[in-house]
Amino acid sequence: MSVELGHFALVLALALALVQSFAPLVGARLGHSALMRMGEPAAITVFGLTAAAFAALTFAYVQSDFSVLNVWENSHSAKPLLFKITGTWGNHEGSMLLWVLILALFGALVAAFGRNLPPTLRANVLAVQGLIATAFLLFILLTSNPFTRLVPPPIEGRDLNPILQDIGLAIHPPLLYLGYVGFSISFSFAVAALIDGRVDAAWARWVRPWTLAAWAFLTGGIAMGSYWAYYELGWGGFWFWDPVENASFLPWLSGTALLHSAIVMEKRSALKIWTVLLAILTFSLSLLGTFLVRSGVLTSVHAFATDPSRGVFILAILVFFIGGALALFALRAAALTPGGLFHPISREGALVLNNLLLTTAAATVLVGTLYPLLVEALTGEKISVGAPFFNLTFIPLFLPLLAAVPFGPLLAWKRGDLLAATQRLQVAFALSAICSLAGYLLIDRASALSAIGMALGLWLVLGAVTDLALKAGIGKVAPRMALRRLVGLPLSMFGTALAHAGLGLTVLGIVCVTTLEVERILVMRPGETVEIADYHLRFDNMGPFTGPNYTEDRAAFTLFSGGVVRGEIISSKRLYTARGMPTTEAGIRTIGLSQLYVSIGDNVSDDGLVVRVWWKPMVTLIWLGAVVMMVGGAVSLMDRRLRVGVPAPRRAATATAGKSAR
Amino acid sequence: MTRKQKRLAIIGMGMGFLALAAGLTFYALGQQTSYFYMPSDLLTRPAAAGERVRLGGLVQQGSVIRDQGTRVRFVVEDGGNAIEVIYEGILPDLFREQQGVVTEGQIGQDGILMADTVLAKHDETYMPREVAERLKEEGVWQEEE
Repeated sequence: MSVELGHFALVLALALALVQSFAPLVGARLGHSALMRMGEPAAITVFGLTAAAFAALTFAYVQSDFSVLNVWENSHSAKPLLFKITGTWGNHEGSMLLWVLILALFGALVAAFGRNLPPTLRANVLAVQGLIATAFLLFILLTSNPFTRLVPPPIEGRDLNPILQDIGLAIHPPLLYLGYVGFSISFSFAVAALIDGRVDAAWARWVRPWTLAAWAFLTGGIAMGSYWAYYELGWGGFWFWDPVENASFLPWLSGTALLHSAIVMEKRSALKIWTVLLAILTFSLSLLGTFLVRSGVLTSVHAFATDPSRGVFILAILVFFIGGALALFALRAAALTPGGLFHPISREGALVLNNLLLTTAAATVLVGTLYPLLVEALTGEKISVGAPFFNLTFIPLFLPLLAAVPFGPLLAWKRGDLLAATQRLQVAFALSAICSLAGYLLIDRASALSAIGMALGLWLVLGAVTDLALKAGIGKVAPRMALRRLVGLPLSMFGTALAHAGLGLTVLGIVCVTTLEVERILVMRPGETVEIADYHLRFDNMGPFTGPNYTEDRAAFTLFSGGVVRGEIISSKRLYTARGMPTTEAGIRTIGLSQLYVSIGDNVSDDGLVVRVWWKPMVTLIWLGAVVMMVGGAVSLMDRRLRVGVPAPRRAATATAGKSAR
Repeated sequence: MTRKQKRLAIIGMGMGFLALAAGLTFYALGQQTSYFYMPSDLLTRPAAAGERVRLGGLVQQGSVIRDQGTRVRFVVEDGGNAIEVIYEGILPDLFREQQGVVTEGQIGQDGILMADTVLAKHDETYMPREVAERLKEEGVWQEEE
């Protein structure tokens, strides 16, 4: 019953999404305020109905209702409750429903908090948001309905893919989608502005918090996905340049660019046209990612050609929104008035450099992701583009960007003084150069590239600290005064410093682990010990264990350092009984910022076991850095000047423009 | 500088980065992509010694031999040919005899593939997609269900 209600709610949501798409649009065109206002209750109702549908599906999962095809295919009655719930979005249909739910959530948020927006802008934004919701609700109902019944109902389900039976599934997709789909708001604002034919600083003021929130979520989502792959796949890689990963990394790159260009637009009303274009491109990349992941084109170009219903549908959505938005952009962009002037050496100039490097880096990732698909579609030749390609293209473009980051916040708006900024950064520069040079000389495994990476990571962290110290006047005024000034600094400055420092930490983590990682592969028998880094790992014994829906062979290890026991590590080979699918569960012990990672392989003769042990120095910095970036985003969002829902009248906009001469 | 000159400077810089990116991309695509081979492809289109290849096929029945310790030898075959592979490390969970596999590495002078990666990426029929598609084309593939 509840399943049918969920299905019905979804159909009703589609009907209301149509209202949300057209009523405000027509109202804005005719200047009819009652029609324009219809967008808000419609958006909130669409969210309510989608949430009801989602709740119905979740309920079916919790109940293990195998008369629902989707539940039967992806669940099992013996699965722990958490994985029954997260299993809701651990499959194509459910994850599309989550996608639409989050889209509707953002629409409802604009409706609820957008009271201060100019009425026509708000109406148009909601209309565009409604159109996207309409398209994807149609997609779900026509090609990927999660509520299809199965007659007669089977007694037991086929279980969820074991790799997905992990806490990672509870966190990663929702965070990722909050980011991915969050960029729909920037997109809707851009399209609405183009429909209006008017973009001003107040517009950027509105777009920036939404973009910032989406960016922070996406940062967390990508990092969580990376950590999940790292511990779950059992071979300790943190990034594979896999097309699915690239699909989420692309909107992150252009979203980061958008975040920075929106600052220029808000403060200096320059780069208007570019910001609007970036807003369109960022969500287009999100849509492209959805297409790549959800159409099945990655699993097989071949299968995509033989059963194209889903893929072609998303492709049509893609063409409609990207094509439509870009066509509108081509028609209207010329009408947008160009903004303020600035000298190439200035805050604006630095942000333009950031944008150029980020977008070209994104372009190389895009090419690397799509090229194999194109080649295969056109010639049938199968090639693979892996990490070496991205290392050769992405890294050379990203390194100068990292080098430039600390200069940005130190340059003044309009016309900056590069020499003065360099002088202020000389301590940070000297420290990072000395540290990396010392590392290069002392560690014989360090390559020139890793020394450069190390220097850049430190440079980012120290640059961020320098920026805050300079703004507080530390060293120039009395310590107590400096402290008071530091506390009094706007939160967005802390946000910037945290985000930049977080990026630096991630870089440091990547450099440390790729340079200094130690790996041992060996056959061990119970009682034997392996030495790795400064630790000794003893293989104690092997024993069977039975979990709720799996059986496993557990290998127990004891970790020693300097003869003292530091703890136990369990690593196992697990067999999920419903699917008969084996997985490797790595044993990981975190020591400070580093980790010891133990993975076991097959039994070889006379009770020896193949064991693979890694010492991964500073590896957690990779994800901690992302967390710091996320916190930076959140801190910046809390800045009163940026707060969502704070009125953005012209008055305030000109006031900040004046203040920013600071 | 006038507005026009500034705009030109920015566009010039953008073009410069784009050219750099395009150059790097073309260079890397030429250098760093690896072609997918089936064992029988190597008869008609031999890989140069040292060239990086992705080799896919079925793991030959009874061919998996553990050398000293962690070194594994096995034979990857398809309808027409068979190639010996040597790999050091832990084989993936879904690696089995007579199942599909994709290995990556370099073919030495002796015709043996020194693999650094062994993938048994799977769909529900436990078959890497390139392998499944090719085996179907060659008629070696048997549907499981």
